[in-house]
Amino acid sequence: MLLRWWKNTWPYRELFFFLAWRDVKIRYRQTVLGAAWAVLQPLVTMLIFTVLFGRMAKVPSEGIPYPLFSYSGLLLWTYFSVALSGGAGALVGSSELIRKVYFPREALPAAPILAALVDLGVGMILLVGLMLYYHASFTWHLLFLPLLVLELLLFVMAVSLALAAVNVKYRDVKHALPFVIQLWMFLSPVIYPTNMVPERYRFLLALNPLTGIIETWRACIFPGRNMPWSLLEVSIGMTVLIFFLGASYFKSAERAFADVI
Amino acid sequence: MPHAIAAEHLTKQYTIGQMAHETMIRDALAKLVRRPFGRRNPKDDTTILALSDVSFAVEPGGVVGIIGRNGAGKSTLLKILSRITWPTSGTVDIRGRVASLLEVGTGFHEELTGRENIYLNGSILGMKKREIDARLDEIIDFAGIGRFLDTPIKRYSSGMRLRLGFAVAAHLQTEVLLVDEVLAVGDFEFQEKCLSKLENLHQSGRTVLFISHNVAAIEHLCPRTIWIDQGRVRQDGETKNVIRDYLAHFSGSLRTGSNLADIQERKGTGEIRYTGIEFLDVAGHLKPVVRSGDELTIRLRYNAARSLHNAEFGMELHTDKGTHVASICTSVSGWRVPYLSAGEGYVEVALEGLNLMPGRYSISLWASGPTRKGWDVLPHCKTLDIEPSDFFNTGKGVDGGFGLVLLPCRWGLHVDSEPAVAMSDAQGAEK
Repeated sequence: MLLRWWKNTWPYRELFFFLAWRDVKIRYRQTVLGAAWAVLQPLVTMLIFTVLFGRMAKVPSEGIPYPLFSYSGLLLWTYFSVALSGGAGALVGSSELIRKVYFPREALPAAPILAALVDLGVGMILLVGLMLYYHASFTWHLLFLPLLVLELLLFVMAVSLALAAVNVKYRDVKHALPFVIQLWMFLSPVIYPTNMVPERYRFLLALNPLTGIIETWRACIFPGRNMPWSLLEVSIGMTVLIFFLGASYFKSAERAFADVI
Repeated sequence: MPHAIAAEHLTKQYTIGQMAHETMIRDALAKLVRRPFGRRNPKDDTTILALSDVSFAVEPGGVVGIIGRNGAGKSTLLKILSRITWPTSGTVDIRGRVASLLEVGTGFHEELTGRENIYLNGSILGMKKREIDARLDEIIDFAGIGRFLDTPIKRYSSGMRLRLGFAVAAHLQTEVLLVDEVLAVGDFEFQEKCLSKLENLHQSGRTVLFISHNVAAIEHLCPRTIWIDQGRVRQDGETKNVIRDYLAHFSGSLRTGSNLADIQERKGTGEIRYTGIEFLDVAGHLKPVVRSGDELTIRLRYNAARSLHNAEFGMELHTDKGTHVASICTSVSGWRVPYLSAGEGYVEVALEGLNLMPGRYSISLWASGPTRKGWDVLPHCKTLDIEPSDFFNTGKGVDGGFGLVLLPCRWGLHVDSEPAVAMSDAQGAEK
């Protein structure tokens, strides 16, 4: 089955690229600030959070300067939320294409997810800037970051495949998604560290693959901390499981896309 | 047997009920609560059988037309063949890469330039970047957008957009091409361009399936035609025959002859009575369909009450709007009937090239003696439906919007400063 999927999809590999390229081209066209928006969004959020949670609420950040702590989390989070809202709406947004042309449908949700990587890359520049500013040390641990991004990509793709397919039939997804994304942020260790949560509830948090990804991400940037191996293991396991479920739901729903959309 | 396309027992059922309701989670949940273990209520599901047991095969390099009325299932068939939708049952086997053109310019993005859209649209249709690179100049040239290449297409006219869309599609290099009614859009010049491009396509040995309402275009391009009616293959064979039967089916003119003996609304003294009228082809067989440009023989059966001298026969042709189109009669044509014995017989008139626009006409008949005294006069006693054809052999159908008659013609061009260009025979080779 996998082989057949590959044979079908491989000839269209350039389409994935072209659709992502289209999204990148269009995103900041007719804007004054252009790609600066990719930095501005997490930066402003980081500043607000630093004041609100870092200064006023005094959320602990385990010795890491709070701006750097929250920005490193927000960078991944922004990628996740932008990619997910793009991916989940991708099929419905291209209904005309689905009704008129055949191509592997997964290219549609994949495009915004790949395109958002550009924003992530731009945002990384500021992360490096902040690291320099706070005299963080650059170690070989940073080599893990691309792998973590890969896992994040896989996870966003998994959730997007499922939601995009559901959205074709039930447009409720469109209304629920912004709300879900907002809640999801508070359920992920973006603005607080995991160990702030009581020990017995931590396993619940761990079931959210983002927990492992963000915690490991921070541990790589601030090598003084212990690597949260168990969190990462659960996270990878969940990602693979959810990817399998999301992809198989997508494939089974796919046949009806053109008829229902 | 090797084939490029093989469709076996294709059936496609649409559930209307499912599409109308239950597209909100609320409804689905409500249903689940109402009847948690029950099966779907069959009353909710109005099903439509869009295709039913459709089978056919096309050999590599074959060019096959598909005709049928709106809603007959043509587009559903094309969507299944191009894998846009799945059949409820049945299988499709296509050898080689497939490109389907259900619409040109699908996937264009307003904000992108012409050049960017060529790449985007090309890759959506299954082209590789390398292939697009190689044909970029041809595509630009075909679309005729040269100077606007790097302008966002939101500034394009609809005509330019269309040309660009077709240009990309026309340069697809797949073994199998499925085309839907792309000729229905665009101006005359553009249609011409598309048509000649399609002609080139099948000359290059590719398998083409061409769906159209345009009988003339199908006749021009496809040696074989499949007629889809109510989701089934009604007829599959030589285009000439299929189209003849297809047209006959809708015009209802399969009644090629009619009885005139019983018509009451007639004048005349009754020395002779028309008893029947028949439309025949060149070989003398009954002609079920009459098309623009056809040779048509009209046979008029009569019954003479006694032997007659110097009889004259004639008819008039009117459009359905009442315009008097033509009169023909024996004496004016220089044909005389000095003596006619009593009893039954027929006269025939052969029309060489019925160059009338497609439409409905009525025939009136008369017969008279040498003093022009009417023996039998039958106003509007028979309708003649003329169906469209590829009159100018260009694949373009013509209709009543173009006037009343088709004039076979030859064009020439003379520019004072240049040698004369040879006249070309616009009515094509077959005449």
